[in-house]
Amino acid sequence: MLISRVIGEVVATEKHSSHEGCKILLVQPLNLDGSNRGDALVAVDAVDAGVGDLVLLVTEGFSAMTSVQRPQSPIDMAVIGVIDAIDLGPDWTPPGGFPVEKVG
Amino acid sequence: MYLGRVVGRVWSTVKHASLEGRRLLVVQPVTPELRPTGKAIVATDATGAGAGELIYWCRGKESSFAFLPEEITTDFCIVGIVDELRVRRTEPLEPGPAAPPATRGD
Repeated sequence: MLISRVIGEVVATEKHSSHEGCKILLVQPLNLDGSNRGDALVAVDAVDAGVGDLVLLVTEGFSAMTSVQRPQSPIDMAVIGVIDAIDLGPDWTPPGGFPVEKVG
Repeated sequence: MYLGRVVGRVWSTVKHASLEGRRLLVVQPVTPELRPTGKAIVATDATGAGAGELIYWCRGKESSFAFLPEEITTDFCIVGIVDELRVRRTEPLEPGPAAPPATRGD
């Protein structure tokens, strides 16, 4: 799983039928210092996360599709948790702590 | 899944039988700010996407699930056409450069 920030929503009318009724989120994976870890990704939402939330992202198909009760569907990423707190060891804690609070 | 833009099309006569009649599109991954990022890929299409359209695509085994019960040999598949992106983050949202045209071998 990856620590990520929800940075937006994707609106798509024409999509695979298995995605109907799913909220599609734009999520930015983060490093432990809070910086961006690669490019933003598109994931289905299994926990009603909102823009600005810090979330847990799974990037494996089986977990992603079962988290939204859509087995055997073309879904490879899902938001499966909203993060309340992250405790890091002293060597890993960025100055001021990991920015867990909602943004925006 | 990943954001991308359809920048071309691949024509192939001799291909796996499961790909018969399937469109193969060249997709350039893009950021939410619509800047090209990473390298282009070839994807099958489950949506009817066309040239220049902003789409999102899925990778791996899951991409072949888009065509069930048919079993298609594919590892990238376009699964949605993006109408609108609602992005909220602090990076500037200026439009990125146009994706480079697909090169053609002679």
